[in-house]
Amino acid sequence: MSLLEVRGLQVAYGGIRAVRGIDLDVPEGEVRCLIGANGAGKTSTLKALSGLLTPAAGGIRYDGQDIVGIPPHRLVRQGLAMAPEGRGIFGRLTVLENLQMGAYSQTGSARIQSSLERVFELFPRLAERRRQTAGTLSGGEQQMLSLGRALMARPRLLLLDEPTMGLAPRMVSAVFDALRLIAGQGVTLLLVEQNARMALRLANYGYVLESGTVALQGTAETLAEDPRVREAYLG
Amino acid sequence: MDIFIQQLVNGVVLGSIYALVALGYTLVYGILGLINFAHGELVMVGALVALSVVRTLSPLLPGLPGWVLALLGTAVAAGVCALLAILIERVAYRPLRHAPRLAPLITAIGVSIALQNLAMVIWGRQYHSVPPLLPAASHQFAGAAITEVQILIVALAALLMAGLIGLVHRTRLGRAMRACAENIQVAELMGVNVNAIVVAAFVIGAVLAAVAGVMVSANYGLAHYHMGFLLGLKAFTAAVLGGIGNVGGAMLGGLLLGIMESLGAGYLEDLSGGFLGSHYQDVLAFFVLILVLVSRPSGLLGERVGQRA
Repeated sequence: MSLLEVRGLQVAYGGIRAVRGIDLDVPEGEVRCLIGANGAGKTSTLKALSGLLTPAAGGIRYDGQDIVGIPPHRLVRQGLAMAPEGRGIFGRLTVLENLQMGAYSQTGSARIQSSLERVFELFPRLAERRRQTAGTLSGGEQQMLSLGRALMARPRLLLLDEPTMGLAPRMVSAVFDALRLIAGQGVTLLLVEQNARMALRLANYGYVLESGTVALQGTAETLAEDPRVREAYLG
Repeated sequence: MDIFIQQLVNGVVLGSIYALVALGYTLVYGILGLINFAHGELVMVGALVALSVVRTLSPLLPGLPGWVLALLGTAVAAGVCALLAILIERVAYRPLRHAPRLAPLITAIGVSIALQNLAMVIWGRQYHSVPPLLPAASHQFAGAAITEVQILIVALAALLMAGLIGLVHRTRLGRAMRACAENIQVAELMGVNVNAIVVAAFVIGAVLAAVAGVMVSANYGLAHYHMGFLLGLKAFTAAVLGGIGNVGGAMLGGLLLGIMESLGAGYLEDLSGGFLGSHYQDVLAFFVLILVLVSRPSGLLGERVGQRA
């Protein structure tokens, strides 16, 4: 049984169906990715998985439990966290306060302190800048903060929405290095990316979304070799 | 010169009260982008509830010192206003959380009218005189007279505002409130129960409004069912002046508006050659509102000019 099982998921805005019935499985300990063009339904899918959107139809099981209709603030307490698109850091809070917000679902100051130390170990830049207002960080640093903040919730499953969007190439590889470390610590990842090349290098398995449906799926190696994927996303 | 100092003192007293009420507007607006036009009515409810408590208790416990009565009245008023705010949020605003902006705004005006009428039914249409519970002693300060009640008002307002700043910047709740003000969805993803934070903002605002209501009625010796309306509008003006959504801005805006109004009341007649009397002080507040909205819509300390208002 997978940690996350999605069956026939549909998401609609008004009358428009952005996601038209997709099946996904994310086994514990794996890294899986969703790739696809803009508007393919990737972000809508993640929003439904994290509880931000209520699906129009379909089932979502996390850790064997039906989670449709459970609000995000309760899902994060069960270990299902999401680092949102566009980083979503709190620009007027300090770096430290952002990280403390990440641990909002956690109790026990010793436990939170040890999460903080782990995050600072992973991203030493955040430790240097902990007193700084988050809005003054560079784009790459803000992405580090967004990842670090998500880790403060000690997730079992972390949903990542385009963590490299708008970053310089050097920062893109830094983010992927960090993700590799996070996955190495046993966190299950579901990664949404436009950068298919990097995503398929990190993930074990991938899904290609087109117009709200799964057009292709397979192991990362298979997808990277697939002529359709090569043409459309790795060009 | 004496009148200048005197009006300045009066202005600071009035401004402290405006600031407390303005904070209620700004806390809710900061998180929800909702202008809670019913907020002013909580000031009225606070004043009248406190008055009723005092009137009920003083014959029962004749030996009770005035300050204990005042304290009891204020505490009950704060509790009633907090419960009322929770009820209003739950019944009138939460169902409209995702509705177009105009809907909750109109609802807020409806709630305001409903509360005024309810108060009229309970307390009648007449002006109630508020018994002086605290010594009426007054002190001379640089040529101006300031009563002990006024000193108490300013001191208590300053204490409450310092407490609020501490809450917003030093506690887990305050951090969550600031996070919600920036991005509600992301705060929710962090595990924040947004409804609980919204309720907290309403409750804090309501308690401050209740205290402000007691202050107003103690300062002027009067309370009636209609007293919250104009005061609420002025406090809203103060919040906009300082930059709505900004806690420091509400304090600054309240103080400035109080001082401007007081000085206006003192000098309007002279300045206009007798054409405008001191009663135009109310007009002055709204003139300031228009001026701010035209020249600096984000207010003195406001950062963003949104499509939200």
